[in-house]
Amino acid sequence: MYDAPTLERTVAKDDIKFAARKVQVYYGDTHAIKDVDVDIEDKTVTAFIGPSGCGKSTFLRCLNRMNDTIDVCRVEGDIYLDGEDIYDKRVDPVQLRAKVGMVFQKPNPFPKSIYDNVAYGPKIHGMAKNKAELDEIVEKALRRGAIWDEVKDRLDAPGTGLSGGQQQRLCIARAVATEPEVLLMDEPCSALDPIATAQVEELIDELRQNYSVVIVTHSMQQAARVSQKTAFFHLGDLVEFGETGHIFTNPEDERTESYITGRIG
Amino acid sequence: MVDSTAQTPAVGQFDHGSLKVTSPRLKKRWAAEFRLKLYGILALSAAAFALVALLGSVVINASKALTETYVTSEVTIDPEVIGVTADAPPEEIGRAEFGNLVDEMIEAKFPMASGRSAKRELDELISGGASFELADKVAANPSLIGETVTFDFLASDTTDLYLKGEFGALSDEGAEGLLSVSEGEDGTLTLSTSSNDFTEALKQVKTHLYEVAESLRTKADRQQNAVEVYTQRAEAAETEDDRQRQLDSAERARDNRDELLAEADMLEERAAGASGAEQVDDDNISILINAGGGWLRLTEVNRASGKAEMLTRVDLPIENSSDWTLYTSALPESERAISDRQIAWIETLKADGKTESVFNTRLFTAADSRAPELAGIKGALIGSLWTMLVTFSLAFPIGVLGAIYLEEFAPKNRFTNFIEVNINNLAAVPSIVFGLLGLAVFINVVGVPRSAPLAGGIVLALMTLPTIIIASRAAIRAVPPSIRDAALGVGASNTQASFHHVLPLAMPGILTGTIIGMAQALGETAPLIMIGMVAFIVDAPTGITDSATVLPVQVFRWSDFPERAFEAKTAAAICVLLIFLVLMNLIAIILRRRFERRW
Repeated sequence: MYDAPTLERTVAKDDIKFAARKVQVYYGDTHAIKDVDVDIEDKTVTAFIGPSGCGKSTFLRCLNRMNDTIDVCRVEGDIYLDGEDIYDKRVDPVQLRAKVGMVFQKPNPFPKSIYDNVAYGPKIHGMAKNKAELDEIVEKALRRGAIWDEVKDRLDAPGTGLSGGQQQRLCIARAVATEPEVLLMDEPCSALDPIATAQVEELIDELRQNYSVVIVTHSMQQAARVSQKTAFFHLGDLVEFGETGHIFTNPEDERTESYITGRIG
Repeated sequence: MVDSTAQTPAVGQFDHGSLKVTSPRLKKRWAAEFRLKLYGILALSAAAFALVALLGSVVINASKALTETYVTSEVTIDPEVIGVTADAPPEEIGRAEFGNLVDEMIEAKFPMASGRSAKRELDELISGGASFELADKVAANPSLIGETVTFDFLASDTTDLYLKGEFGALSDEGAEGLLSVSEGEDGTLTLSTSSNDFTEALKQVKTHLYEVAESLRTKADRQQNAVEVYTQRAEAAETEDDRQRQLDSAERARDNRDELLAEADMLEERAAGASGAEQVDDDNISILINAGGGWLRLTEVNRASGKAEMLTRVDLPIENSSDWTLYTSALPESERAISDRQIAWIETLKADGKTESVFNTRLFTAADSRAPELAGIKGALIGSLWTMLVTFSLAFPIGVLGAIYLEEFAPKNRFTNFIEVNINNLAAVPSIVFGLLGLAVFINVVGVPRSAPLAGGIVLALMTLPTIIIASRAAIRAVPPSIRDAALGVGASNTQASFHHVLPLAMPGILTGTIIGMAQALGETAPLIMIGMVAFIVDAPTGITDSATVLPVQVFRWSDFPERAFEAKTAAAICVLLIFLVLMNLIAIILRRRFERRW
């Protein structure tokens, strides 16, 4: 049986960052996401859990319109970021992605130096006027990514030469370097060992102070450890959404209970 | 079947047997694997052998083009012969009659060569280019007029090839006896030796007669066939006229046959004659004697005596001299490009230390010429460089941008599918078709200058484009999508993601494809012939609109020339082409390494 931490976490603010209403996603003829309504709060970690293929990653990718790059993918319904419809025709996904950063399942640093990895986003968004400012941004991002101490002496070394956990933290640093308001994380620890996972989880908890974090995870322990809100997806449906402690200790839906107790999934 | 099912053990009871005994099935598998390996090794060996044979033959042939021969001689620059004086302007001196001077120089060395044909043969020893070189030298320094200078005259291709052994070197038959030569009343020279020194030569002469007789008999056989055919036709003839005509033809063939047979009989009789002297004509082997400071050619040979004619001045009479050498040349004079006389002259020059062989820099500094000893590949090389420059600057950007567009931006619809299919088809279009296109569109409609690297470059760019696009698309597709996602994730636009991240990572693959395409273009001949780059160009092109030719076309042209010396030049040009291809691949590898090590 899963021993969930029942610690009730206080949610600092009730501001709604993302509001999704009746979101449908189709991959060609496949109806991947059905009628999802969810509110994601600011300065909160929201976890999406569910068995493989349930649509949690798909939904996450809707939040910064990364699905646009997939030709057969079609999104219906409304997703509001700070009250603005992100699927509005006037919205430039590039601008959206600067505001909604993303960390991927597999660490994917650019095959460039550590410095260039972090500096790339700020550079293309024109966030630094000169080299000194850029240096500052990079240092700040790397500190937030909790990797500064490890790499400060070798900023010119290739990012791909770091260990898996370091690479993932570098990717997080890269994502926060553009000062996003929301950070989407798609199974950020699935390729990491337990120690690196712990480091990243700790980092996520710190990031919560400044960002709204949405994390997709396969590990229910992880969801329980890092998140305040949890959404359970099953076969494209959002089955249950609520306080993490509540979901893990007192799930309302039968399917949620089956999943967290290991009967399905 | 029924029986066997009864004996089949139950499922899960398969007998694996002892691990120490290899099962027959496994043995078969090993044997099959061994055979597969063997086939692989055989195939590789065959390929390696073919490669070595090809490279070997090319390199051996090319090595003959690596040196050129000069004849060193003193020459007095006589103002009367060249027709200008020292105070004439240099241009006029450059155009003066130095050809006469060169001819007189060589003729003075062998005063025995009188008569038009002898002099012409003598003049052929020196290249026509020698007079131009002498003219240039004198034009640069007019004070040389009237002086005697030592000059290296470029030898002609036949001289050069003879000295390289191309026409069959003379073989030393040895000479044991003492030679006596006396001049008869009528000017014929009579030879005799104290031992049977000419036996071997006589045998060769007779062998040659047998060979000739043999070939005559083969021809007679053919006539015999004709006789039979005509006779049959005569029998089947329907009209008297026709029958008569066929019989006449048969009669003629019969006469021919009898003539050939009679000649063959005669030759064989001569050859079989036990001790008679034998005539040596220029269809037979050449027998040359170096004695008394000059060269003799035998016209009649017996075991210990013979008749001869003088090729170069010999001090007569010679009496019981042991200082002589007998040479034979297996190739009859009538079958080689160099006469016995010329051989004697060259051998004399060589013995005097007047010939010298040096590295052939001309091969790389001269452009094309009809005279093989003057021809070089510089023009073709520079033409190739210009053409490649045009090809690269058109095909690379267009190809890479096209690939990026198709891979990263193009919507997937019927139109882009159609384009994709057509690009793939273009790669398989015969190159000559591109040549036709270039001729019809670029030269005739657009008005690109004919024979120019611009036209060639455009055509080759068209030919290379599909290769570059296909290779670039494959390279772009091979970049992990996570890199693109990462770039998009931090808010890069599609263009930024493509150009900042995908393209640099795909660059090694793109470069490899490009260089493969360029190498293909460098070796391409057919489309360039189509657009007139096969012209005879004596100057290296100075730009992309000058008439030019390229290396493979030069190879093609040279291989078509009748002069023997072009064979070596062709091989040398092929070597240079191969070296360029290897260099290009090397550059590709270096670039690839650089791009890969960038981070």
